[in-house]
Amino acid sequence: MLRYALLRLLGAIPTLLLVIVLAFLMVHAAPGGPFDAERTLPPEIEANIARAYHLDEPLPAQFVRYLSGVLKGDLGPSYRYRDHTVSDLIANAFPLSLKLGGMAMLLALFIGIAAGSFAALRRNSAIDRLTMVVSMTGISVPVFVIAPLMVLLFAVKLRWLPAGWSGNEGVARFVLPVISLALPQIAYIAKLTRASMIDVLSSNFVRTARGQGLGAYAVIRYHALKPAMLPILSYMGPAIAAILTGSVVVEEVFGIPGLGQFFVRGALNRDYTLVLGIVIFYATLIVLLNLVVDILYGVIDPRIRQR
Amino acid sequence: MLRDMISLRLVLLVALGLTLVSCGNPVDPKAEVTTLHRGLSIDPESVDPHKSRSVQAAEVLRDIGEGLLSYSASGELVGGVAKEWTVAEDGLTYTFLLRDDARWSNGDPVTAEDFAFSFRRLVDPDTAAFYAEMLGSIVNVRTIIAGEKAPQDLGVVAVDERTLVITLDQPTPYLLSLLTSPSTFPVHPDSIAQHGDAFTRPGNLLSNGAYKLDAWEPGSVLVLSRNEYYWNNDETAIDAVNHHVLTQEMTELNRYRAGEIHITGSVPPDSIQQIRAERPAELHIAPYLGVYYYGFNLTKPPFKDNPQLRAALSMAVDRDVLVEQITGRGEAPAYSWVPPGVNNYEPRRLAYADMSQDERNAHARRLIKEAGYGPDNPLQIELRYNTSDTQQRMALAIQSMWKDALGIETTIINEEFQVLLANTQAREITQVFRSSWIGDYNDAHTFLSIMESDNPANQPAYASEEFDSLMQRAAQQVDLDRRRLWLEEAERVLLADHPGIPLYFYVSKHLVSPDVVGWGDNVLDYHYSQHLSLVPAGATP
Amino acid sequence: MSARTRFWASLRSSRTAAVSGGALAVIALIAIIGPLISPHDYLQTDFSKILHAPSIANMQIFGTDDLGRDLFVRTMRGAQVTILVAVVASVVSLLIGVLYGMVAGFIGGRVDAVMMRLVDTLYALPFIFFVILLMVVFERSLLLIFVAIGAVNWLDMARIVRGQTLSLREREFVQAARLTGVSPLRIIIRHIAPNLLGVVIVYVTLTIPQAILLESFLSFLGLGIQEPQTSLGALVDAGVNQMEGASWMLLIPAALLALILMCFNFLGDALRDVFDSRRFR
Repeated sequence: MLRYALLRLLGAIPTLLLVIVLAFLMVHAAPGGPFDAERTLPPEIEANIARAYHLDEPLPAQFVRYLSGVLKGDLGPSYRYRDHTVSDLIANAFPLSLKLGGMAMLLALFIGIAAGSFAALRRNSAIDRLTMVVSMTGISVPVFVIAPLMVLLFAVKLRWLPAGWSGNEGVARFVLPVISLALPQIAYIAKLTRASMIDVLSSNFVRTARGQGLGAYAVIRYHALKPAMLPILSYMGPAIAAILTGSVVVEEVFGIPGLGQFFVRGALNRDYTLVLGIVIFYATLIVLLNLVVDILYGVIDPRIRQR
Repeated sequence: MLRDMISLRLVLLVALGLTLVSCGNPVDPKAEVTTLHRGLSIDPESVDPHKSRSVQAAEVLRDIGEGLLSYSASGELVGGVAKEWTVAEDGLTYTFLLRDDARWSNGDPVTAEDFAFSFRRLVDPDTAAFYAEMLGSIVNVRTIIAGEKAPQDLGVVAVDERTLVITLDQPTPYLLSLLTSPSTFPVHPDSIAQHGDAFTRPGNLLSNGAYKLDAWEPGSVLVLSRNEYYWNNDETAIDAVNHHVLTQEMTELNRYRAGEIHITGSVPPDSIQQIRAERPAELHIAPYLGVYYYGFNLTKPPFKDNPQLRAALSMAVDRDVLVEQITGRGEAPAYSWVPPGVNNYEPRRLAYADMSQDERNAHARRLIKEAGYGPDNPLQIELRYNTSDTQQRMALAIQSMWKDALGIETTIINEEFQVLLANTQAREITQVFRSSWIGDYNDAHTFLSIMESDNPANQPAYASEEFDSLMQRAAQQVDLDRRRLWLEEAERVLLADHPGIPLYFYVSKHLVSPDVVGWGDNVLDYHYSQHLSLVPAGATP
Repeated sequence: MSARTRFWASLRSSRTAAVSGGALAVIALIAIIGPLISPHDYLQTDFSKILHAPSIANMQIFGTDDLGRDLFVRTMRGAQVTILVAVVASVVSLLIGVLYGMVAGFIGGRVDAVMMRLVDTLYALPFIFFVILLMVVFERSLLLIFVAIGAVNWLDMARIVRGQTLSLREREFVQAARLTGVSPLRIIIRHIAPNLLGVVIVYVTLTIPQAILLESFLSFLGLGIQEPQTSLGALVDAGVNQMEGASWMLLIPAALLALILMCFNFLGDALRDVFDSRRFR
């Protein structure tokens, strides 16, 4: 068991290394440097800055220096947010992005499954079509259109919700961003649920239950729901990736200091360390996640371990 | 499939947990404090005055720090930490006497040695400060930056606790206004000794300004609160200031309209019309010390040694259309290099400034012919600008102006800011490029000096002996009126050579809530929070 | 009846597919013909006509934008670009994914394991980040946008194709072909590829909306297509800023974008229904 885990862990290391090298090369290949600005600096000052940040060293040397830092757990100082280290920034931003994404996922599942089941029950009726078309807007209108529209309506005109993030407390400021992020997923999940639920509802054991006089709601809850969930499960992977993508835009629109925002800022500012740090962080996270799941899988199904 | 189920459960569990956690955030019990909410378009790089250079950083630094001099609420140069000063007759020695009651936020007095230490730190090569050369005329600055002399050799000496003497190697009439800049603010030597680089963290950071830094959430907000030890604390009306980092202009506008922000950092150009209709009194647009221009790469054809071509392109631009239709925020069309409103200066104007646009176009066509271009030798040029809606519109407009008036094909190339900068500095592939200059201090020198041949900020690579020598003469002048004449003549020479096309002069634009009292538009766009107060009814949004 | 004939028959009988497919064809037609018959050019600025509301006069049925350019023509050009980007990007990811998946599935064994391990690795990379980095590193061009989107999207296709190939490989007719010594290449071309067609087509119609949205995100971030070229995503992004003043600048491109996305989604669903029995495992 332990051996299995260790083997998998070791296998993950070349993956990570590849990711780091790739990201490092890409970031340094981008034209322009982290300290370029509107004002051209006198050459002596540029030289001083390059020296202070080791940018005057040859690329391989910079890479080695960076890598040894990473192995010690030091992701370096941010080149743009000079008073903060990359680890600090990630430590503040990640939980926020996670909360946002997690809430969006929950909301999407909840509403998506409910809507899809409802539509499946009232199949081919006007309500079914309506539900489907409405949820389709979630995937047909980009989030950077929906979000400002919602802000305009609910925050500026109606003043029901805060218009922004900073300086506001509590759950209220999560509402609009989470909804914006969840909308596209609600559509997909509703569609998937509906299709799968229709299949399940027409299967024999369900028809038997109905024949025995079980109400629609009970049928869904006790018989149909679980099997109908299978396609949703397979969709979880892509769903998480989609939420990650969407979060970049949502964070930008609402001014939320999450990882997506920092990455975009970092790429545009040529903040090498920040960009690399985020890439490494995510890659490590996903690798670890896969590892944990694999281990659990191995625990549950011993046959796998023998591979 | 089993795998998927496990992943799903994990994810759901984590998500649920986090949701519950965030629901439990208690609201901070706030005492009745007046809090001003200001919008900032980007995080400061740093609150270390020597490690930052952006306009946004300067805004925050002006609230938490103070230099030898400062500006009053009405925009006049007044004493900051220095209560009086004398200048020697030759203009090379300045003696400052510091206030007795100037203190750091932990009660320590602000001493002359603090300033001397800070200036040395500014020019120290190891600090790698962006603005190390800002006080370039102080004795030994250049050699220290180049590493040839030690920081101790800097011409800044603390004679005693309260007296600071600065020695220059050339007269610098605008030195006093330079000393209002955040790069010249003092840092607390003991803090640096104790905390090293971490001295900038909230909690460690000592401030000698009206406010101190309580917290900084990058990407979100900087929280400042009153510095009780500030010498002018009694005059400071507002207790706390929140600088909200809002990178999207529309988001900032929405928050302003929702009443969450009192002062915005800027105004989205697309919304100006609407704002003028909805809330005209809150819109503050004022001239700002900055010029926006298209520079020519003078090191390569077709613009090298071709003043007629440059003049023609400059003439064919209809600046009125640009400021009315494209930027539309009340900018002034630029027919000079130095903006209006600069201290003790009357800008020169381009020779064709008084012609009508049609006349200019006709003249320009003649010049193009003279330069050797025509239907059989068509001119094709490239124009580079950085990614931004307004820049794009500007470039598109000028592209069609040059096409319609002169028959020139211009390819417009949109580059990311960093890329544009790198290309402009390299001078290999650029022909026409978008550029601008914001003045560092209220003097014509800051706008003209960038065109001196040895100035790294000289993007077009303009090298005119006549211009350089005129600037030199101006630099030697102690008499301010004589100096002004030399500078004006230098500008005239510059304009006649057309190293670039000045297009418009900047304006500062803010939305200021009617609850804010004491806002004064000024040409430097400095708005110290300590000069403002809030009407009691709408104090906390 | 061969699989192919059955496929076309079911497809024709699906109303949703017909309607969506038809709508897309109509849009494509208008997008191509529109700019040709309109008196306006999509590049021509006109400062006397900034932000005019839609009107019949002067043939400016969609109004003008903030530089006085006719919005109808620009929207049509934008639609052309959007559809082009999406189709090409999907084809790119299709080619890479199918090739990769087929090879991995067919050869099997160690090679397959290594190839799939690589795919897993690449999955670990948050692809939006790499797209952003790509756009930042290289000159922003239409070509690059295709490549960037295609390069990150092929992973799913590869996985699915590999799965299908693996199962197809075990089918009797393939086994028979191998036993009788038919060359692997011929097997792939004659037996495996045609049976992948269904899966691939369904997948392509589903990745196209993804690609379209991704391109619009890039425009939002300022990394997308460059002026004066435009895409629906870029038009929508510009329109958001004029939301209150000149709402047509937002509504028209957004409506068209939404319509196109919905059609592709419905079409994809209909196709998927047709392939129900051969679903990916």
